Amino acid sequence: MQSNNYVTIYTVIMTLVVSVVLAVVVSGLKPIHDDNAAVFKKREIFKAVKGYLSGDLDKMTDKEVLALFDKSIKQVVIDGNGKPVEGEKAENLDMAQEEKKPIADRHYPVFSYDSDKGTFYLVSVRGNGLWDKIWGTIALKDDFNTIAGASFGHVGETPGLGAEISDNPTFPKQFEGKTIKDDGKYVSVAVVKGGIKKPAHQVDAITGATITSNGVTEMLDRGLKVYLPYFESLKK
Amino acid sequence: MAEIATQVEQEKEPLFGKKERKLLIDPISDNNPITVQVLGICSALAVTTLVNKAVVMAIAVTFVTAMSNLAVSFLRKGMPKQIRMIVQLVVVAFLVTLVELALKAANYPIWKELSVYIGLIITNCIVMGRLEAYAMANKPWRSFVDGVGNGLGYGVILIIVAAFRELFGKGSLAGFQIIGNTPDYLIDTTKNSFFSWYMPNNLMVIPAAALFIISAIIWIQRSKNQNLVDVS
Repeated sequence: MQSNNYVTIYTVIMTLVVSVVLAVVVSGLKPIHDDNAAVFKKREIFKAVKGYLSGDLDKMTDKEVLALFDKSIKQVVIDGNGKPVEGEKAENLDMAQEEKKPIADRHYPVFSYDSDKGTFYLVSVRGNGLWDKIWGTIALKDDFNTIAGASFGHVGETPGLGAEISDNPTFPKQFEGKTIKDDGKYVSVAVVKGGIKKPAHQVDAITGATITSNGVTEMLDRGLKVYLPYFESLKK
Repeated sequence: MAEIATQVEQEKEPLFGKKERKLLIDPISDNNPITVQVLGICSALAVTTLVNKAVVMAIAVTFVTAMSNLAVSFLRKGMPKQIRMIVQLVVVAFLVTLVELALKAANYPIWKELSVYIGLIITNCIVMGRLEAYAMANKPWRSFVDGVGNGLGYGVILIIVAAFRELFGKGSLAGFQIIGNTPDYLIDTTKNSFFSWYMPNNLMVIPAAALFIISAIIWIQRSKNQNLVDVS
């Protein structure tokens, strides 16, 4: 048995050494981590308009992604009433942080992508899956009604079941061409089980992942609604 | 006399002799941490859907077991007995954090998917098990070899299970489509591969599949080597 003094000094020195080394490593790698995170986020955004990009997104280098983002993406942050917020960049907005604020104070990102095939408006939505958060980027055509593409992500849905929303390209692909309005009235797009009755506003659910599928429906319904006032103001 | 003594000692302990080879090979076959010691099952279920992920996880665990064995073996004499476990945990947690930071810088998308499981290496029973069972009582170099062996033994099983799950669950290996249609075959029917009649079996993707593949490996291993049957 060692004396208490020995144990105390040992602990203090050990803690100091470990924390200093980790602090140095973290601050040394921070610029690389930040760059990686930015590229990752921009790739996620482009995923929703994959079909309208000139090249294959998976084969594009990080530099090309950043260059394309700077060249053809315009971004704006809106508040809950659809009014643009000055002095904020949409790419820096963290939906997870916004979610913690009261609904009235939340801000939302809107990206517009100018391509030779028209302008697309990309919006972010966030909701709950079975185990944890799920999120998506929805690209709308410039009629603010037709969905041009969608991409989804999740924290920890079950592989093979709920995780199919991002792993299986057929799921997001179903959303292309769906419309979020019926005769000018907002209806969103629903994920339904057992046969689609309204092909314009419904997509097929994932077998065995009812709660994730319902989560996507709820996320889209609540998430897309907040952007409608802003889209109305753009139409004018 | 002194000269002879050192010579004998050198002959007795070559850098990589029979003992070291046994330390390295044993955990890969007859003393495998997953199939024989039945440790580290938890992460073997979670990260074996894709071969690429399993390889990254195997490298990370091998690094952590090897380096923590080495560090604890160096520290074992000065380590206060009262806080032995805490010191071991600090060493392991420190190494795991380093691995996570390095992976985040090297490959962000894989880090994004694996970060939860990388963090859980801290509680991986194999790491603590080897520290307590081996590194606390042996010299640094042998402890290091023991750590590499156990990490590889874990990694080999992980990669075998992942290969089965990815091949039959998604029809691909390490991302390359081998059997069955590509995942977007419903959209683009021209992209059929050779064995297009194969339908990917979703059962293999869910965690339960890992359990019965590991069980099958344990079964085969024990039927080949009867000595293992009553070991655990």
